[in-house]
Amino acid sequence: MSSLLEVRDLEVKFGLRSGDITAIDGVSFELDPGERMGLVGESGAGKSVTGFAIINLISKPGYISRGSIHFEGKEISAYPPDKMRTIRGNRISMIFQDPMMTLNPVYTIGFQMIETLKAHRDISKSQARAIALEKLKLVQMPSPEKRLAQYPHELSGGMRQRIIIAISLLADPAIIIADEPTTALDVTIQAEIMDLLQELCENEKMGLMLITHDLGVVSQVTEKIAVMYAGKIIEYGPTETVVHHPVHPYTIGLIGSIPGSIEPGKDLRQIPGMMPTLTNIPPGCAFNPRCELAADICTRQTPVLEEKQNGIMAACHMK
Amino acid sequence: MTTNHTPLLRVQDVVKHFDISGGFLDQLRFKGGIHLEKTTVKAVNNVSLFVNKGETLSVVGESGCGKSTLARLILGLYRPNSGKIFYDGQRIDTLTHEQWLPYRRKMQMIFQDPYASLNPRKTVRQTLEEPLRFHNPKMTAQEARDKVDFVMEQVGVDPAWIARHPHEFSGGQRQRISIARGLILDPDFIVADEPVSALDVSIQAQILNLLMDLREKHDLTYLFITHDLSVVHHISSRVAVLYLGTLCELASANDLFNEPRHPYTRALLSAIPKVGEKKAKHIKLKGEVPTPVKLPSGCVFHNRCVYARERCKKEFPRLIELSNSTFVSCHGVEEGWPMD
Ligand SMILES: Nc1ncnc2c1ncn2[C@@H]1O[C@H](COP(=O)(O)OP(=O)(O)OP(=O)(O)O)[C@@H](O)[C@H]1O
Ligand SMILES: Nc1ncnc2c1ncn2[C@@H]1O[C@H](COP(=O)(O)OP(=O)(O)O)[C@@H](O)[C@H]1O
Ligand code: SF4
Ligand code: SF4
Ligand SMILES: [Mg+2]
Ligand SMILES: [Mg+2]
Repeated sequence: MSSLLEVRDLEVKFGLRSGDITAIDGVSFELDPGERMGLVGESGAGKSVTGFAIINLISKPGYISRGSIHFEGKEISAYPPDKMRTIRGNRISMIFQDPMMTLNPVYTIGFQMIETLKAHRDISKSQARAIALEKLKLVQMPSPEKRLAQYPHELSGGMRQRIIIAISLLADPAIIIADEPTTALDVTIQAEIMDLLQELCENEKMGLMLITHDLGVVSQVTEKIAVMYAGKIIEYGPTETVVHHPVHPYTIGLIGSIPGSIEPGKDLRQIPGMMPTLTNIPPGCAFNPRCELAADICTRQTPVLEEKQNGIMAACHMK
Repeated sequence: MTTNHTPLLRVQDVVKHFDISGGFLDQLRFKGGIHLEKTTVKAVNNVSLFVNKGETLSVVGESGCGKSTLARLILGLYRPNSGKIFYDGQRIDTLTHEQWLPYRRKMQMIFQDPYASLNPRKTVRQTLEEPLRFHNPKMTAQEARDKVDFVMEQVGVDPAWIARHPHEFSGGQRQRISIARGLILDPDFIVADEPVSALDVSIQAQILNLLMDLREKHDLTYLFITHDLSVVHHISSRVAVLYLGTLCELASANDLFNEPRHPYTRALLSAIPKVGEKKAKHIKLKGEVPTPVKLPSGCVFHNRCVYARERCKKEFPRLIELSNSTFVSCHGVEEGWPMD
């Protein structure tokens, strides 16, 4: 076990009245110190649940039903809540798509940052204030002192996201899990926030797990990529290689669907149909009803994620 | 702005301001005496553009820059404070409700959120048949049925699902139904406000292909509103770039993407993350986007523009036409300041 984070065969279920549904089905990946990984896929593929599961934020009726999560040499998947708090927000921070999940509208930025610090560490208010200021500078916040006295609603979306990043840095985490951190922002602001995240990871040797549906963002910021479909990772490898020479038919279709991947005005490559809902996952390969390569075996046997070519792992019988 | 033939749609110096001051008490201000102060959102400021028949004009810009307001002005859902709007040579911004009726058929709108824009209590049949019967009172029931079936097939929704309600469809299918509603009256002109923004990329590709295909089949003209620049490049003939309710640049898609002229257009294009491209150095903008309540003086972009000079703070740059029929509103471009 040499990686910083090693997730093996993770399975997450949601207990519904009609029976359990499997949202995450045997997901495995690892993250080294300072490494930047992208977790991509369409809505409902299981990206956020995977991110939440790592820091045990899955709430009832959801639960981790199988698998292991090794972090800094320890198995953390079954940590009780109090022990998990030594990890979550400390060693592993999470940035949510909606800044208001982290920020409380009724308190000033300074109050929230200082309280967060004091909850995790035994330090004085002035020490906490100094750390808060240092982190605001680190995220290149203009006039940081002034921000401490401001309320979240007084800031623009981009500034709020910078504050969130500053808060996530308070405890000098080893990993940041960022769930769609720029999806709600305009493209010029998104570019600035992504630059910032990448710089921070490089300078502070922080690992990044970037959850997004935007392959453009992923290909600019990350070193490796995991593509999810219907609760499984179906392709996993170095970002450059996956983006230029994808192996799995779904990834090929996904990349071809993006305007800009082909000449303007030409038909985009189209994946017919849509991702199945969790209660309706087809037997065999979950992608088979949409796949132009599908053969008999694809409806009978589930393909496993295995080494294919150029260091890419993919789950497909035909490749 | 001149063109050598009559464009299908022409928007001329259109202004739309919203008064959001609220009631009398909200407007009271005490500044060395009691004042009444109005708060105005300057959503659209002196915008001029045209759309030729058969083309797709995309309107792009960041959130709040006035794209949707412009769409609603064009469709007569708002009245401009000043300026004129012409459809097929006829002025339409001053029409009465009755006079609008024929244009309601010719001009259709497709919205961003197919869930909010479809009535949840109506079946697909009701959604599609009602406007059809309203605008064609002489149509028989059978003719209406046939027309609905035909349009559903065109947008790729099984006519067998005609009795279903919106919640029984996926996001992509709902967007197909709202496109069907847009097509049912055989319009000439469609305003699509972020029609694919809420969709996943594989579904988005299906809808974009469908829209391009329908344009050809039905000889449609589109005004396409989006913040997604890769979509814009893919589907547009020409592009209008808005910033804070002001038109920065209007150019053919090729010219705009190959050689953007306005400093804001350049910054915007440099920020698009492209698949398979390692990070290109994007142009960093100074400062923050001002609000449309406190519009900057002169060029509305001047507090963020690295090329801004004194003139930019004082004087609103007029829209000039360059040799390749690109229109730009920038003192620097007009005077040939070095910009690299
Ligand atoms: N509390 C819950 N109860 C039941 N099912 C759930 C719950 N939370 C998530 N799921 C299901 O788990 C699957 C994965 O959800 P997840 O939120 O991880 O998707 P995602 O890939 O992050 O999608 P998006 O891009 O839309 O955020 C989905 O089918 C979702 O409906
Ligand atoms: N009915 C309205 N009343 C008051 N302000 C409005 C109204 N509609 C839009 N605005 C304001 O006008 C500006 C432009 O809005 P909009 O056209 O919706 O932008 P976009 O579609 O480009 O995101 C925004 O500041 C918005 O808040
Ligand atoms: S396993 Fe079969 S159905 Fe699945 S992706 Fe490969 S070829 Fe297609
Ligand atoms: S007019 Fe001046 S401030 Fe405005 S874009 Fe041109 S150079 Fe920049
Ligand atoms: Mg999610
Ligand atoms: Mg809008």
